[in-house]
Amino acid sequence: MSAVLLVLLLLPLVGAAVVGAMARREDLDRAARILGLALSVVSLVLVVVLWAGFRTGPGTPRFQAELSAEWIPAFGTRFALGLDGIALTMIALLAVLVPIVLWFAWSEKLPAGRTGAGFTALMLSTQGVLVGVFAATDVFLFYVLFEAMLIPMYFLIGRFGGPRRQYAAVKFFLYSFLGGLIMLASVIGLFVASDTRLGQGTFDWAALQGMAAQLPLSTQIPLFLGFFAAFAIKAPLVPFHTWLPDAGAEAPIAGGVILLGLLDKVGTFGFLRYNLPLFPAASRELAPLLLTLAVIGVVYGSLLAAVQTDMKRFVAYTSIAHFGFIALGIFAFSSQSIAGSALYMVNHGISTAMLFLVVGLLIRRGGTASMTEYGGVGRVAPLLAGMFLIAGLSTIALPGTNSFISEFLVLLGAFPREPVFSVIATVGIVFAALYMLWVFQRVMTGPLRGSAVVGDGPGAASAAVMEPDADDPSARNLTARFGDLTRGEVAVLTPLVALILVLGFFPGPVLEVLEPAVSATMAEVGVADPVTPNGVAR
Amino acid sequence: MTGQAFPSVDYGALAPVLIVLGGACVSVLLEALLPLRVRGRAQLGLTLTVVAAALVAVIVRATSGAAPVSTLAGALAVDGPALFLWGTLLALAVPSVLLLADRSVEPGGAFLADPVALGEAEAAEQRVAVGARAGGSSSARSSGGGGGRPGRSSRGQAPVESQSEIYALVLFALGGMLVFCAADDLLTMFVALEVLSLPLYLLCGLARRRRLMSQESAVKYFLLGAFSSAFFLYGLALLYGYADSVKLSDISLAAAGSLRPDSLLFGGLALLVVGLLFKASVGPFHTWTPDVYQGAPTSVTAFMAACTKVAAFGAILRVFTVAFGSTVWEWRGVLWVVAIASMVIGAVLGLTQTDVKRMIAYSSVAHAGFLLLGAMAITPQGLSATLFYLLAYGFTTVALFGLVSLVRGPDGEATHLSAWAGLGKRAPVVAAAVTFLMLALAGIPLTSGFTAKFAVFAAALADGMAPLVIVALVVSAVAAFFYLRLIVLMYFSEPAADGPTVSVPGPFTTVAITLGVVVTLLLGIVPTAVLGWADGLSFLG
Repeated sequence: MSAVLLVLLLLPLVGAAVVGAMARREDLDRAARILGLALSVVSLVLVVVLWAGFRTGPGTPRFQAELSAEWIPAFGTRFALGLDGIALTMIALLAVLVPIVLWFAWSEKLPAGRTGAGFTALMLSTQGVLVGVFAATDVFLFYVLFEAMLIPMYFLIGRFGGPRRQYAAVKFFLYSFLGGLIMLASVIGLFVASDTRLGQGTFDWAALQGMAAQLPLSTQIPLFLGFFAAFAIKAPLVPFHTWLPDAGAEAPIAGGVILLGLLDKVGTFGFLRYNLPLFPAASRELAPLLLTLAVIGVVYGSLLAAVQTDMKRFVAYTSIAHFGFIALGIFAFSSQSIAGSALYMVNHGISTAMLFLVVGLLIRRGGTASMTEYGGVGRVAPLLAGMFLIAGLSTIALPGTNSFISEFLVLLGAFPREPVFSVIATVGIVFAALYMLWVFQRVMTGPLRGSAVVGDGPGAASAAVMEPDADDPSARNLTARFGDLTRGEVAVLTPLVALILVLGFFPGPVLEVLEPAVSATMAEVGVADPVTPNGVAR
Repeated sequence: MTGQAFPSVDYGALAPVLIVLGGACVSVLLEALLPLRVRGRAQLGLTLTVVAAALVAVIVRATSGAAPVSTLAGALAVDGPALFLWGTLLALAVPSVLLLADRSVEPGGAFLADPVALGEAEAAEQRVAVGARAGGSSSARSSGGGGGRPGRSSRGQAPVESQSEIYALVLFALGGMLVFCAADDLLTMFVALEVLSLPLYLLCGLARRRRLMSQESAVKYFLLGAFSSAFFLYGLALLYGYADSVKLSDISLAAAGSLRPDSLLFGGLALLVVGLLFKASVGPFHTWTPDVYQGAPTSVTAFMAACTKVAAFGAILRVFTVAFGSTVWEWRGVLWVVAIASMVIGAVLGLTQTDVKRMIAYSSVAHAGFLLLGAMAITPQGLSATLFYLLAYGFTTVALFGLVSLVRGPDGEATHLSAWAGLGKRAPVVAAAVTFLMLALAGIPLTSGFTAKFAVFAAALADGMAPLVIVALVVSAVAAFFYLRLIVLMYFSEPAADGPTVSVPGPFTTVAITLGVVVTLLLGIVPTAVLGWADGLSFLG
């Protein structure tokens, strides 16, 4: 299994190099893209193999598929990989999303002078580095990959993004880099502490976990805050979030899916993997502060999402609200809420990816992300509207969709310990329904209107407000500027729809994989459940 | 003692210094004796041979496990750090010399001592080029061969050859640097300081293009350098008064028995350090750096930026550790301020620069602050981290200046930032290499810059300098902005219509740049060998 994991890490990186080299020849562009897509499908197969070989149940080791090799002995750092349930689900989500976005990007119009092969290469390198970020069991290796992850995404936004892409790319990079540097201080601090306490500096996660948990609270808190700064920016929690709407709005759709769906999960993943187990005392001490930030994020993100007029920014703000939920579950310290948060990370990835892709399909048609330019799209593109509704309902956690389970678990787990925060967060659900349905109503329902939908010029917007007879198809064809989803576009979205529904009814297999890591995390933090777990894990 | 006995000389230990200084003397002879035709090639061959031979001597010495010795009556200490620094200096000298020797980018080479040598034939062609200086001061570069295009004459005649005395100058400077970072007494150190500085002053003023700027930089460097030498000498005198000796270990001994007036000790240290920090371009003693980096021929800048920094920090490490290690708690507070000032000045002023060479100069000021962090931690960890940092930074910088010399407008190098717009499209390989080196300077993982920063910060943190480490990290983030700005310009902007051309580098420049990039990458991914060498070194005495 370790070999599979290593291949899963290296394959996309090698593939990125090959595809990147091919990007220099225009005649190889198509071949390069096919190669990239094929490699991402191979990655998916590898993940299935890993998943099938992943043992669950009591008595299994925390990390599986482990491998470890000497790297820089002077720093006590090793090239060490391993998977726990949380990492495995994130890698699986990654492996599902990358082929989808590559397929999606196939028919996407690229900015002048950019090649599809270049895009594919950046996407593959993002994938490879992200696998490493989730699988690293050496803190130094994690840090290295955490920073390295910025570079392909920086170029994805900066080279393939929207009109303000330069600004957004630099803002994204600087925010993340600053957070990473603050984390570096803590990483070095851990190293120095391990040097004095263990007699030899190490970055091994397990060794550090045993050592750091014994540190006095006064040492744990600054170290905790260093890691927290990086992850809070990455997640992002309010007030560290301002880069996300810009990056989300300017990123190309396919890049935005990875950014919102996976890159940001590194933040919450980091809370679970690093903040809680390494600094349990500090986690308990600072939990109220973090919970406050989390619920502020829920409410603030929801309110701001409701007033957005740019669809991509809208999706970014809904994500901020959802990250608040995830953080709430993590810092409420119950096995239900933490399991809920871990599951939420997967579900949010799926829902947001779907929502962002649907928005992308709409923008591809209308040519603008501004909601005010759209109206009554459901009349000309019922399938598109339907897909939007599925994604939207999944985002607002309607029962029967995937997110419901996770949101429910988070609230259920959090309530006994943190009733006030849970109640405030529940209000967020109401806001969620508000912003999602309002957007749906403005964009998809009602009479055909808006310059992006009707007529053939921007000036036609006011004149073309009309109510075409629903039974008269010719009237529809005359006024609408675009049609419904093509078969290929439906096919891109189908796997996500399937996942939304399947995970909505049968979250068991995923929860089963998550459970050992969750209970290990609980034990490391040293808290017991406020209530007996019922029905969380099997 | 009656009748001075000739001090014992360990020729084996001194071999690298003797080879380099001997080679410099031979080079002077060649300059005088050889005909003009073959001079350039012969000088280059000699210089590379000398550097390579010295490097081999260092490696032989370092791997033979010979015990550290103090030779020439204690004037030079050939110990572990000295060998590492020598190895670093000589290794950096190779790409630097290759850049100096390049004739493909600028026909005839980048150097010209005498504008009259251009010949009156080209006077007709001479244009009055008015390019605004990045710093704001506009100097009309109309005199001499300033704005003309002496190299590519439209009449098809051969360009006027560079004068080849640059090789002798470089060898002397290099010899001075070798002695500087191995000097075990302050007087030797001072002499070495002068030996390394004087050739550099000259080299700065030899640019073929933009002569006024080049000469201005030489004068500035010389005047300020002379001042700093005076500071150094004054500090030396005070310390001699304090310890009755100029030997570093005697100063340390004297400081341990504390019956003498501290004012002499710390006054002397302060003045001495000013002289050293000036050479290392640590802020606030950095003011010469941007002007000189910008004005000097780019290949000289590369040599200076990489090697002078190594030599200066080598000396700083030795002085701090050997002479003042016992009193570290009394003077370190002041250096905290200096380090913070250097980092902040470098990063903040770097933000406002519009010229690539000036930007790299300010970045070097910030890096000097980081290096000072490692140098202040008087621990084995601090020593090895600083040594590693010097090696890593040197190679990155040399390669970067090599790349800067490739981007050219009609009037020589196009160093204004706006000229770099869209370079990613025009010259993808050059742009990719610059991007990689910029990321290394910013300290992104998987580059040597990160490994080096990590080592230095870990050493500083372990020695109780947590606040400084925090400042350094914040400064790194600020500095990242201007490194990124260049990347943004190269990749995300459309190229200007009348933008610069990117020269196809000749073999020398290609080798130099490749070497720098490869070392930067290797030290980022597998730094074990070098870290292992740097680890466990200690100064003699």
